[in-house]
Amino acid sequence: MDMNDILLSGRHVTRDFGFGRNKVVAVNDIDFDFHEGEIISIVGESGSGKTTLAKMITGLLKETSGEIMYRGRPRDLKTQKKRKEYWKDIQAIFQDPFSSFNLFHRVEKLLIDCFTLKGIKLSREEQNQKLREAFSFVNLKYEELYNKYPFELSGGQMQRLMIARIFVLNPKVLIADEPTSMIDACSRSTILDMLLKLRTENNMTIIFITHDVGLAYYVSDTIYIMQKGEIVERGKAEDIVINPQHNYTRQLISDVPKIHTSWDVG
Amino acid sequence: MAENILEVKELKTYYKTRLKEYVYAVDGVSFELPEGKTLGIAGESGCGKSTLALSLMGFYFPPLFYKSGSIFINGTDIMKLNKEQLRTRILGREIAYIPQAAMNALNPTLKIINFIEDIMKEHRPELSRQQVRMLASERFETLNLSSRVLDSYPNELSGGMKQRTVIAISTILNPKVLIADEPTSALDVTSQKVVIKLLKELLNRKYIKSLVFITHELPLLYHVTDDIMVMYAGEIVERGTAHDMVFEPLHPYSRKLMGSIIVPEEGMKNQKLSAIPGAPPNLKHTIEGCRFADRCTYATAECKKGKAESRLINNRSYRCIFDVGALKEMYENGHE
Repeated sequence: MDMNDILLSGRHVTRDFGFGRNKVVAVNDIDFDFHEGEIISIVGESGSGKTTLAKMITGLLKETSGEIMYRGRPRDLKTQKKRKEYWKDIQAIFQDPFSSFNLFHRVEKLLIDCFTLKGIKLSREEQNQKLREAFSFVNLKYEELYNKYPFELSGGQMQRLMIARIFVLNPKVLIADEPTSMIDACSRSTILDMLLKLRTENNMTIIFITHDVGLAYYVSDTIYIMQKGEIVERGKAEDIVINPQHNYTRQLISDVPKIHTSWDVG
Repeated sequence: MAENILEVKELKTYYKTRLKEYVYAVDGVSFELPEGKTLGIAGESGCGKSTLALSLMGFYFPPLFYKSGSIFINGTDIMKLNKEQLRTRILGREIAYIPQAAMNALNPTLKIINFIEDIMKEHRPELSRQQVRMLASERFETLNLSSRVLDSYPNELSGGMKQRTVIAISTILNPKVLIADEPTSALDVTSQKVVIKLLKELLNRKYIKSLVFITHELPLLYHVTDDIMVMYAGEIVERGTAHDMVFEPLHPYSRKLMGSIIVPEEGMKNQKLSAIPGAPPNLKHTIEGCRFADRCTYATAECKKGKAESRLINNRSYRCIFDVGALKEMYENGHE
């Protein structure tokens, strides 16, 4: 990929929490370049700062120092209006679908709000048609879920609805923060397939945040390994997994149970 | 041939909903676990694996109810005991259970040591406080947990640490069988490995004799347990040794399940993951025929009649109307 299609990049991005003695540097001087249509995974253990980085990219947290550039220009998130403008292009799916829904709204409201954010005005029929399309994209039946409240849905259904939302919004960049950690193995493959389909159809840039190297290897083109707020290794997925250079990467890979090689747990 | 430490016969338990509907989450499960062996239970969410774990304790509280069947632990049928006998003689001593969100099982207002004292007051009242502390710190040290943990409150410990503490506490009375329900699902891979090492350590030191391990992470089961059992819709659909189950699953459902494994190994990237269309059946209604038939690519009209019985071939049991040869042939022709 040449240098022109860099969509999102960061220079010296740092984020601290707390003051004085209690100061914790969650993300420490990170550089990154994400290209258009690329799938990137950021891998690290709990507390390595990967979710903090994701929140900074979505603009939910402000960076302490450093700069994140979108389409080569620094982002302007000063007013709510400008933030909304930014969120048309950058969207996220979070780890816990149970806390991503508004308890008091029916589930289709989630998708109707997307039309509002995009500024599309639709008649009742057009709206129903669009909703039906979005539901069928994620293999859900509109008739079964219409008029339901979030507590009536299973975790898998909720997470798929979050993906339906992404399908409606069609952002340029999607940040998926552990999208499958609450979901069991067989539904996981369905959800991953949907996300990959979004990339092929819409040339979306997807940033996976995960602690599972196996998953990162399966879905992504590029892997960034994060440890204690710093990126210790980056490169093509194949290179990182088959030929890891940094000790921490080696350790991460050896901690994952595998099928064809033994796992030293004594 | 080792003696069976845990023997379950035709266990049926159900949930009663507020609308007076009955959901048979464990429907006629039978299995045995020889002493010193470990057994893994796999299956997707809602297949009844956690309910089975809860039912094995013999301790039922609404909305979960017991219908029929028996559970033998070391030869005693625990379903024949009354609740008080069960609580004082069996739970904790013979069989212990680690719930899914074990880290929330700790009392946030008690130091770990006070929590252990409470347990000991009930089960080993002859011990003094010093003796309890000695016993606990000795046990924690052998399991590579610092005895400093004893004087901490739960909020001072990390997730993996809490999980290991709960495991150490629940095995402090040396139960014969330990049932671990997804003990690692909320942890990252590094802490997961430490927890697995702890479980192995417990087995090696003979603090526990047998382990029932429940998870949907198949690569994990493959490394931890001797045997794997696959559950679907409240029934056991297949059981075999870990190696056979992963590399040569017989039942179409197990096969699909094994096809969804993701590991960071060469060649994984180009592999197509198998996905199972549809959702598991609603257990409120009785299901005719094979319960997997609706989602099975090989199902015929025959599958939906009668009850699919379990077949036993060379130490493997599976629940399908086709015989091994026919299944293997279908898999080779590969119209999946």
